[in-house]
Amino acid sequence: MHARHIFLSAIAALVGGVLACVAASAIAAPDKIDPAADAKAFQKYFTDKFPQVKFEDFVNGPYSMNEDMRKQWEEKEQFPPYEFSLEAGKEVFATPFGNGKTYADCFPNGGLGIRQNYPYFDEKEGKVVTLELALNRCREANGEAPYSYVDDEMASLTAYMAFTSRGKPFDIKIPNDPRALQAYENGKRYFYTRRGQLNFSCATCHVQSPGERIRAEVLAPALGILNAMPIYRSEWSGMGTISRRLVTCNSQTRAVPLEPQSDEYRDLEYFLSYVSNGLPISGPGARP
Amino acid sequence: MASTIRVRATVSGDTTEVQALIQHPMDSGFVKDAQGQIIPAHFIQQLTFEHGGRTVFLANWGAAVSKDPYVKFSFKGGAKGDDLKINWMDNKGATDSTTAKIS
Repeated sequence: MHARHIFLSAIAALVGGVLACVAASAIAAPDKIDPAADAKAFQKYFTDKFPQVKFEDFVNGPYSMNEDMRKQWEEKEQFPPYEFSLEAGKEVFATPFGNGKTYADCFPNGGLGIRQNYPYFDEKEGKVVTLELALNRCREANGEAPYSYVDDEMASLTAYMAFTSRGKPFDIKIPNDPRALQAYENGKRYFYTRRGQLNFSCATCHVQSPGERIRAEVLAPALGILNAMPIYRSEWSGMGTISRRLVTCNSQTRAVPLEPQSDEYRDLEYFLSYVSNGLPISGPGARP
Repeated sequence: MASTIRVRATVSGDTTEVQALIQHPMDSGFVKDAQGQIIPAHFIQQLTFEHGGRTVFLANWGAAVSKDPYVKFSFKGGAKGDDLKINWMDNKGATDSTTAKIS
């Protein structure tokens, strides 16, 4: 009886193995990287899941999902907590560097109303360039020390640049360049890959469970999540950049965070921004 | 430097609604910095709103109030164009004040 059982198990394992091979080869068939189709499917997933939420409202994160929070937020927005940061950002943005140049010299349109075009793919460098990265490169090109990607100075600068771009829809372009498509694909893979001791992917919270509670918080949908950046988090008693948000997300799922503005994070931002194309910039935002 | 106080006061009927946001670290004295050193307590102790020589709101604050505090209250009286004087003093003796027009 016992031997027979082992024999049967072995056969089952063999058959299972063959089936797995077949399945694996079917999956391994080269998928065409099709960002446009991805974005459409991504947006459809959210609009189907939340038919009561207006499309433009997804940029308001948890407030689009919870009536009570929305009321509190609307009141808060009359006197928003990011106001000090915004003002500081405006001042810093206009202050010339040691060499007399300003941030406006580094960006198209003097840096105003351009947030919706970042991140973009730099074909010369062959990599994704985010707004935070571009700001620090601007500083370094003008002989200034770069800012920390997770601190207030960077947040106030991006807050001001986002504020001047409010209402403009995300317009992320993926040029017909295999490296750009690969960067997008890498970002997508990062987004859907589980990691850390809690075995969470970005999608676990922000695709599978938006609107649900995680402890006392209501999870924001991934769609439009970057449109509101940077954000004032009451929990942080301060502003947070996109870099800070990503690093904190990783450590909260007990994964080891990457270096801010590492290739993976840049690609992730590229993917996430691209699939939110068409949604208006609403940053700086305020979150509990 | 710009004022640390933002105020908005609006009349509706016989009450004036006041909202204020104050920029202040409000360090409790119980938090350590990245080097493990205690960040000394630094918080607003007294906040006053004056209208026509009368104190309409007085707060005695301590370490438990959060950073960049926000206050909202309303009082009877007040008319469009009246001055509202706001003043705070912290535990290090620093102060700031501003005067807002009720609208």
